Amino acid sequence: MADTITLDVARYGPETDSEPSFQSYEVPCREDWVVLDALNYVKDQLDGSLTYRWSCRMGVCGSCGMMVDGQPKLTCAVPLSDYAPGPVRIEPLQFFPVVRDLVVDINDFLEKLRKVQPWIVRDEEKPIAEGEYRQTPAQLEAYKQFSMCINCMLCYAACPVVGLEEEFTGPAAIALAQRYNLDSRDQGAAQRMETLDEHDGMWGCTFVGECTKVCPKNVDPAGAIQLYKVASATNWFKSMLLPWGSK
Amino acid sequence: MARNPTPLMWTLFGAGGMLSALLFPIHIFLLGLAFPLGWLEGPSYESLHALVTHPITRLYLFAFISLPLFHWAHRFRYTINDLFQLKQGTGIVAGICYGAALVGTFTAAYTLWTLS
Ligand code: SF4
Ligand code: FES
Repeated sequence: MADTITLDVARYGPETDSEPSFQSYEVPCREDWVVLDALNYVKDQLDGSLTYRWSCRMGVCGSCGMMVDGQPKLTCAVPLSDYAPGPVRIEPLQFFPVVRDLVVDINDFLEKLRKVQPWIVRDEEKPIAEGEYRQTPAQLEAYKQFSMCINCMLCYAACPVVGLEEEFTGPAAIALAQRYNLDSRDQGAAQRMETLDEHDGMWGCTFVGECTKVCPKNVDPAGAIQLYKVASATNWFKSMLLPWGSK
Repeated sequence: MARNPTPLMWTLFGAGGMLSALLFPIHIFLLGLAFPLGWLEGPSYESLHALVTHPITRLYLFAFISLPLFHWAHRFRYTINDLFQLKQGTGIVAGICYGAALVGTFTAAYTLWTLS
Protein backbone atom coordinates (compact mmCIF):
# COMPACT_ATOMS: atom_id res chain seq x y z
CA MET A 1 0.00 0.00 0.00
CA ALA A 2 1.26 3.46 -0.86
CA ASP A 3 2.09 5.45 2.23
CA THR A 4 0.38 8.62 1.04
CA ILE A 5 -2.99 9.34 -0.53
CA THR A 6 -4.33 12.39 -2.35
CA LEU A 7 -7.46 14.10 -1.07
CA ASP A 8 -9.39 16.18 -3.58
CA VAL A 9 -11.26 18.51 -1.30
CA ALA A 10 -14.08 20.85 -2.33
CA ARG A 11 -13.28 24.43 -1.35
CA TYR A 12 -15.65 27.34 -1.35
CA GLY A 13 -15.43 30.74 0.28
CA PRO A 14 -18.49 32.92 -0.12
CA GLU A 15 -16.42 36.14 -0.16
CA THR A 16 -14.03 35.11 -2.90
CA ASP A 17 -15.56 32.29 -4.95
CA SER A 18 -18.57 32.24 -7.19
CA GLU A 19 -18.56 28.46 -7.17
CA PRO A 20 -16.78 25.59 -5.43
CA SER A 21 -13.46 24.31 -6.74
CA PHE A 22 -11.24 21.39 -5.76
CA GLN A 23 -7.90 21.54 -4.01
CA SER A 24 -5.60 18.53 -3.70
CA TYR A 25 -3.66 17.60 -0.60
CA GLU A 26 -1.23 14.75 -0.20
CA VAL A 27 -1.56 13.16 3.22
CA PRO A 28 -0.16 10.05 4.91
CA CYS A 29 -2.36 7.02 4.40
CA ARG A 30 -2.13 5.36 7.75
CA GLU A 31 -3.76 2.04 8.48
CA ASP A 32 -5.40 3.31 11.67
CA TRP A 33 -6.76 6.56 10.20
CA VAL A 34 -10.29 7.40 9.26
CA VAL A 35 -11.07 9.99 6.59
CA LEU A 36 -11.60 12.62 9.28
CA ASP A 37 -8.03 12.08 10.54
CA ALA A 38 -6.77 12.95 7.07
CA LEU A 39 -8.78 16.19 7.10
CA ASN A 40 -7.45 17.02 10.54
CA TYR A 41 -3.94 16.42 9.23
CA VAL A 42 -4.60 18.88 6.40
CA LYS A 43 -5.93 21.46 8.83
CA ASP A 44 -3.06 21.05 11.31
CA GLN A 45 -0.13 20.63 8.94
CA LEU A 46 -0.97 21.86 5.46
CA ASP A 47 -3.76 24.40 5.29
CA GLY A 48 -5.35 25.90 8.38
CA SER A 49 -8.06 27.56 6.31
CA LEU A 50 -9.88 24.30 5.52
CA THR A 51 -13.29 24.44 7.18
CA TYR A 52 -15.41 21.44 8.18
CA ARG A 53 -17.47 20.22 11.11
CA TRP A 54 -16.67 17.47 13.52
CA SER A 55 -16.78 16.90 17.23
CA CYS A 56 -16.95 13.48 18.82
CA ARG A 57 -14.78 11.45 16.43
CA MET A 58 -16.76 8.36 17.39
CA GLY A 59 -19.97 8.30 15.38
CA VAL A 60 -22.12 9.89 18.03
CA CYS A 61 -22.48 13.60 17.36
CA GLY A 62 -23.48 13.35 13.71
CA SER A 63 -21.59 16.46 12.61
CA CYS A 64 -18.88 15.05 10.34
CA GLY A 65 -21.08 13.88 7.45
CA MET A 66 -19.61 14.55 4.00
CA MET A 67 -19.66 13.09 0.53
CA VAL A 68 -16.69 10.75 0.25
CA ASP A 69 -16.17 9.67 -3.35
CA GLY A 70 -19.78 10.64 -4.02
CA GLN A 71 -21.31 8.71 -1.12
CA PRO A 72 -22.67 10.29 2.06
CA LYS A 73 -20.48 9.06 4.94
CA LEU A 74 -19.62 9.85 8.52
CA THR A 75 -15.99 10.74 7.93
CA CYS A 76 -15.03 9.62 11.43
CA ALA A 77 -16.38 6.14 10.70
CA VAL A 78 -14.78 5.28 7.35
CA PRO A 79 -11.18 4.04 7.21
CA LEU A 80 -8.97 6.11 4.96
CA SER A 81 -7.28 2.97 3.65
CA ASP A 82 -10.61 1.87 2.12
CA TYR A 83 -9.96 4.52 -0.51
CA ALA A 84 -6.33 3.65 -1.25
CA PRO A 85 -4.59 4.21 -3.58
CA GLY A 86 -6.79 7.29 -4.08
CA PRO A 87 -7.30 10.01 -4.98
CA VAL A 88 -10.39 10.38 -2.82
CA ARG A 89 -12.91 13.14 -3.36
CA ILE A 90 -14.34 14.94 -0.31
CA GLU A 91 -17.33 17.22 -0.80
CA PRO A 92 -20.00 18.78 1.39
CA LEU A 93 -23.24 16.80 1.80
CA GLN A 94 -25.20 17.15 -1.40
CA PHE A 95 -28.59 18.92 -1.63
CA PHE A 96 -27.62 21.34 1.16
CA PRO A 97 -26.54 24.92 0.60
CA VAL A 98 -22.81 25.29 1.30
CA VAL A 99 -21.68 27.84 3.87
CA ARG A 100 -17.93 27.36 3.41
CA ASP A 101 -15.75 24.51 2.17
CA LEU A 102 -17.31 21.37 3.65
CA VAL A 103 -19.76 23.08 5.98
CA VAL A 104 -23.42 23.06 4.95
CA ASP A 105 -26.35 25.15 6.06
CA ILE A 106 -28.62 23.01 8.23
CA ASN A 107 -31.32 25.56 9.04
CA ASP A 108 -33.85 24.09 6.65
CA PHE A 109 -33.25 20.65 8.15
CA LEU A 110 -33.72 21.96 11.68
CA GLU A 111 -36.92 23.68 10.65
CA LYS A 112 -38.24 20.40 9.22
CA LEU A 113 -37.35 18.61 12.45
CA ARG A 114 -39.17 21.24 14.47
CA LYS A 115 -42.26 20.93 12.28
CA VAL A 116 -42.88 17.31 13.26
CA GLN A 117 -42.98 18.29 16.96
CA PRO A 118 -40.27 15.91 18.11
CA TRP A 119 -41.18 15.95 21.76
CA ILE A 120 -43.77 14.24 23.89
CA VAL A 121 -47.14 15.85 23.28
CA ARG A 122 -49.81 15.37 25.95
CA ASP A 123 -53.45 16.42 25.82
CA GLU A 124 -53.18 16.97 29.50
CA GLU A 125 -50.18 16.58 31.78
CA LYS A 126 -50.91 14.49 34.81
CA PRO A 127 -50.13 16.15 38.17
CA ILE A 128 -46.54 15.75 39.31
CA ALA A 129 -47.80 14.07 42.49
CA GLU A 130 -48.96 11.12 40.40
CA GLY A 131 -45.39 10.35 39.47
CA GLU A 132 -43.61 9.73 36.23
CA TYR A 133 -44.96 8.14 33.07
CA ARG A 134 -43.82 4.56 33.22
CA GLN A 135 -42.95 2.36 30.33
CA THR A 136 -42.45 -1.38 29.98
CA PRO A 137 -39.41 -2.72 28.12
CA ALA A 138 -41.77 -3.71 25.29
CA GLN A 139 -43.10 -0.18 25.04
CA LEU A 140 -39.56 1.14 24.89
CA GLU A 141 -38.67 -1.38 22.23
CA ALA A 142 -41.53 -0.13 20.05
CA TYR A 143 -39.78 3.15 19.23
CA LYS A 144 -36.20 2.59 20.30
CA GLN A 145 -34.82 1.99 16.83
CA PHE A 146 -36.19 5.30 15.58
CA SER A 147 -34.72 7.11 18.57
CA MET A 148 -31.15 6.19 17.62
CA CYS A 149 -30.90 8.96 15.00
CA ILE A 150 -27.93 11.32 15.45
CA ASN A 151 -29.16 13.93 12.94
CA CYS A 152 -26.18 13.39 10.69
CA MET A 153 -28.28 14.14 7.60
CA LEU A 154 -26.62 11.43 5.53
CA CYS A 155 -30.09 10.20 4.64
CA TYR A 156 -30.99 13.62 3.20
CA ALA A 157 -27.86 13.65 1.08
CA ALA A 158 -28.72 10.14 -0.16
CA CYS A 159 -32.35 10.78 -1.04
CA PRO A 160 -33.12 11.79 -4.64
CA VAL A 161 -36.51 13.15 -3.59
CA VAL A 162 -34.84 15.56 -1.16
CA GLY A 163 -32.85 16.81 -4.14
CA LEU A 164 -35.95 17.28 -6.27
CA GLU A 165 -38.54 18.52 -3.81
CA GLU A 166 -37.51 21.26 -1.46
CA GLU A 167 -40.64 20.90 0.64
CA PHE A 168 -40.30 17.18 1.31
CA THR A 169 -39.95 16.65 5.07
CA GLY A 170 -37.29 14.02 4.49
CA PRO A 171 -36.24 10.73 6.07
CA ALA A 172 -34.79 11.62 9.48
CA ALA A 173 -37.59 14.01 10.41
CA ILE A 174 -40.27 11.48 9.48
CA ALA A 175 -38.46 8.75 11.41
CA LEU A 176 -38.31 11.10 14.38
CA ALA A 177 -42.03 11.80 14.12
CA GLN A 178 -42.55 8.06 14.15
CA ARG A 179 -40.30 7.75 17.20
CA TYR A 180 -42.73 9.94 19.17
CA ASN A 181 -45.87 8.46 17.62
CA LEU A 182 -44.82 5.02 18.80
CA ASP A 183 -43.98 6.23 22.30
CA SER A 184 -46.64 5.07 24.75
CA ARG A 185 -46.41 8.41 26.62
CA ASP A 186 -47.17 10.49 23.56
CA GLN A 187 -50.55 11.72 22.29
CA GLY A 188 -49.44 13.92 19.42
CA ALA A 189 -49.81 11.51 16.49
CA ALA A 190 -52.84 13.29 15.02
CA GLN A 191 -51.08 16.68 15.06
CA ARG A 192 -47.99 15.27 13.40
CA MET A 193 -50.11 13.51 10.82
CA GLU A 194 -51.63 16.81 9.80
CA THR A 195 -48.21 18.20 8.94
CA LEU A 196 -46.96 15.09 7.22
CA ASP A 197 -50.09 14.15 5.34
CA GLU A 198 -49.74 17.16 3.07
CA HIS A 199 -48.45 16.10 -0.27
CA ASP A 200 -44.93 17.34 0.30
CA GLY A 201 -44.81 16.07 3.86
CA MET A 202 -44.24 12.39 3.24
CA TRP A 203 -46.02 11.46 0.03
CA GLY A 204 -43.12 12.71 -2.04
CA CYS A 205 -41.30 9.57 -0.90
CA THR A 206 -41.21 6.99 -3.68
CA PHE A 207 -39.55 4.35 -1.49
CA VAL A 208 -36.12 4.53 -3.09
CA GLY A 209 -34.68 3.19 0.14
CA GLU A 210 -31.28 4.89 -0.06
CA CYS A 211 -31.83 6.60 3.30
CA THR A 212 -31.93 3.28 5.08
CA LYS A 213 -28.84 2.06 3.24
CA VAL A 214 -26.64 4.99 4.23
CA CYS A 215 -27.88 5.42 7.81
CA PRO A 216 -24.96 4.75 10.17
CA LYS A 217 -27.32 4.03 13.08
CA ASN A 218 -29.67 1.52 11.43
CA VAL A 219 -32.62 3.80 12.05
CA ASP A 220 -34.38 2.56 8.88
CA PRO A 221 -36.07 5.84 7.95
CA ALA A 222 -37.53 4.22 4.82
CA GLY A 223 -39.35 1.75 7.04
CA ALA A 224 -40.61 4.60 9.21
CA ILE A 225 -42.05 6.37 6.18
CA GLN A 226 -43.78 3.20 5.01
CA LEU A 227 -45.30 2.76 8.48
CA TYR A 228 -46.47 6.34 8.28
CA LYS A 229 -48.11 5.79 4.92
CA VAL A 230 -49.96 2.79 6.29
CA ALA A 231 -51.13 4.84 9.28
CA SER A 232 -52.30 7.62 7.01
CA ALA A 233 -54.16 5.22 4.74
CA THR A 234 -55.82 3.63 7.77
CA ASN A 235 -56.90 7.08 8.94
CA TRP A 236 -58.23 7.86 5.53
CA PHE A 237 -60.43 4.80 5.41
CA LYS A 238 -61.61 5.40 8.94
CA SER A 239 -62.58 8.96 8.14
CA MET A 240 -64.49 7.75 5.08
CA LEU A 241 -66.30 4.94 6.83
CA LEU A 242 -66.82 6.62 10.19
CA PRO A 243 -66.81 10.32 9.33
CA TRP A 244 -68.10 11.24 12.77
CA GLY A 245 -65.34 9.36 14.59
CA SER A 246 -62.26 11.16 13.38
CA LYS A 247 -61.00 14.68 13.47
CA MET B 1 -60.10 15.54 7.31
CA ALA B 2 -61.79 14.09 4.25
CA ARG B 3 -59.75 15.34 1.75
CA ASN B 4 -56.55 14.54 0.00
CA PRO B 5 -57.05 11.23 -1.87
CA THR B 6 -53.34 10.35 -1.82
CA PRO B 7 -53.67 7.71 0.93
CA LEU B 8 -56.36 5.95 -1.13
CA MET B 9 -54.21 6.06 -4.26
CA TRP B 10 -51.27 4.72 -2.32
CA THR B 11 -53.36 1.86 -0.93
CA LEU B 12 -54.47 0.89 -4.43
CA PHE B 13 -50.86 1.21 -5.54
CA GLY B 14 -49.69 -1.08 -2.75
CA ALA B 15 -52.43 -3.64 -3.33
CA GLY B 16 -51.77 -3.62 -7.07
CA GLY B 17 -48.04 -4.02 -6.53
CA MET B 18 -48.55 -6.98 -4.27
CA LEU B 19 -51.01 -8.66 -6.64
CA SER B 20 -48.76 -8.21 -9.64
CA ALA B 21 -45.68 -9.42 -7.82
CA LEU B 22 -47.45 -12.53 -6.55
CA LEU B 23 -49.77 -13.49 -9.37
CA PHE B 24 -48.38 -12.15 -12.62
CA PRO B 25 -45.47 -14.60 -12.71
CA ILE B 26 -47.88 -17.51 -12.29
CA HIS B 27 -50.20 -16.29 -15.04
CA ILE B 28 -47.34 -15.51 -17.38
CA PHE B 29 -45.76 -18.87 -16.72
CA LEU B 30 -48.95 -20.87 -17.26
CA LEU B 31 -50.72 -18.97 -20.02
CA GLY B 32 -47.70 -17.40 -21.69
CA LEU B 33 -45.17 -20.23 -21.60
CA ALA B 34 -46.21 -23.58 -20.19
CA PHE B 35 -49.48 -24.11 -22.10
CA PRO B 36 -48.50 -22.64 -25.49
CA LEU B 37 -45.10 -24.37 -25.49
CA GLY B 38 -46.67 -27.65 -24.44
CA TRP B 39 -44.69 -28.03 -21.19
CA LEU B 40 -47.97 -28.63 -19.45
CA GLU B 41 -51.22 -29.71 -20.92
CA GLY B 42 -53.54 -26.70 -21.15
CA PRO B 43 -57.23 -26.78 -20.34
CA SER B 44 -59.72 -27.09 -23.17
CA TYR B 45 -61.58 -24.05 -24.42
CA GLU B 46 -64.77 -25.26 -22.76
CA SER B 47 -63.29 -25.78 -19.35
CA LEU B 48 -61.42 -22.47 -19.47
CA HIS B 49 -64.59 -20.72 -20.56
CA ALA B 50 -66.51 -22.33 -17.73
CA LEU B 51 -63.83 -21.21 -15.32
CA VAL B 52 -63.75 -17.62 -16.55
CA THR B 53 -67.51 -17.18 -16.48
CA HIS B 54 -67.75 -18.35 -12.89
CA PRO B 55 -68.65 -15.33 -10.70
CA ILE B 56 -65.65 -15.81 -8.42
CA THR B 57 -63.26 -15.90 -11.35
CA ARG B 58 -64.86 -12.74 -12.72
CA LEU B 59 -64.28 -10.99 -9.42
CA TYR B 60 -60.74 -12.31 -9.29
CA LEU B 61 -59.99 -11.12 -12.79
CA PHE B 62 -61.48 -7.74 -12.04
CA ALA B 63 -59.10 -7.20 -9.13
CA PHE B 64 -56.28 -8.76 -11.11
CA ILE B 65 -56.72 -6.22 -13.91
CA SER B 66 -57.79 -3.12 -12.06
CA LEU B 67 -55.41 -2.96 -9.10
CA PRO B 68 -52.20 -3.34 -11.11
CA LEU B 69 -53.48 -0.51 -13.35
CA PHE B 70 -53.60 1.72 -10.31
CA HIS B 71 -50.16 0.51 -9.36
CA TRP B 72 -48.93 1.58 -12.76
CA ALA B 73 -50.76 4.91 -12.59
CA HIS B 74 -49.26 5.88 -9.24
CA ARG B 75 -45.75 4.86 -10.13
CA PHE B 76 -45.89 6.41 -13.60
CA ARG B 77 -47.23 9.63 -12.16
CA TYR B 78 -44.29 10.00 -9.77
CA THR B 79 -41.83 8.93 -12.44
CA ILE B 80 -43.08 11.66 -14.78
CA ASN B 81 -43.04 14.27 -12.02
CA ASP B 82 -39.53 13.40 -10.93
CA LEU B 83 -38.13 12.80 -14.39
CA PHE B 84 -39.23 16.17 -15.74
CA GLN B 85 -38.96 17.82 -12.33
CA LEU B 86 -42.47 19.18 -12.70
CA LYS B 87 -43.52 21.97 -10.41
CA GLN B 88 -46.68 22.78 -12.28
CA GLY B 89 -49.11 20.53 -14.06
CA THR B 90 -48.70 17.68 -11.59
CA GLY B 91 -52.48 17.67 -11.23
CA ILE B 92 -52.88 17.06 -14.96
CA VAL B 93 -50.36 14.21 -14.89
CA ALA B 94 -52.19 12.66 -11.94
CA GLY B 95 -55.52 13.10 -13.74
CA ILE B 96 -54.28 11.40 -16.89
CA CYS B 97 -52.63 8.50 -15.03
CA TYR B 98 -55.45 7.72 -12.62
CA GLY B 99 -57.95 8.49 -15.38
CA ALA B 100 -56.36 5.84 -17.60
CA ALA B 101 -56.49 3.35 -14.72
CA LEU B 102 -60.16 4.18 -14.22
CA VAL B 103 -60.93 3.69 -17.90
CA GLY B 104 -59.16 0.34 -17.77
CA THR B 105 -61.09 -0.57 -14.66
CA PHE B 106 -64.45 0.27 -16.26
CA THR B 107 -63.55 -1.57 -19.43
CA ALA B 108 -62.59 -4.63 -17.40
CA ALA B 109 -65.76 -4.40 -15.34
CA TYR B 110 -67.91 -4.08 -18.44
CA THR B 111 -66.18 -6.91 -20.27
CA LEU B 112 -66.29 -9.26 -17.32
CA TRP B 113 -69.90 -8.39 -16.55
CA THR B 114 -71.15 -8.97 -20.09
CA LEU B 115 -69.05 -12.04 -20.75
CA SER B 116 -71.26 -14.98 -21.47
S1 SF4 C 1 -31.90 8.65 10.13
FE1 SF4 C 1 -29.79 7.80 10.09
S2 SF4 C 1 -28.86 8.82 8.28
FE2 SF4 C 1 -30.68 9.99 8.79
S3 SF4 C 1 -29.98 11.66 10.13
FE3 SF4 C 1 -30.63 9.96 11.47
S4 SF4 C 1 -28.79 8.75 11.86
FE4 SF4 C 1 -28.33 10.09 10.09
S1 FES D 1 -17.29 13.45 14.54
FE1 FES D 1 -19.10 12.96 15.65
S2 FES D 1 -20.09 11.57 14.31
FE2 FES D 1 -18.20 11.90 13.31
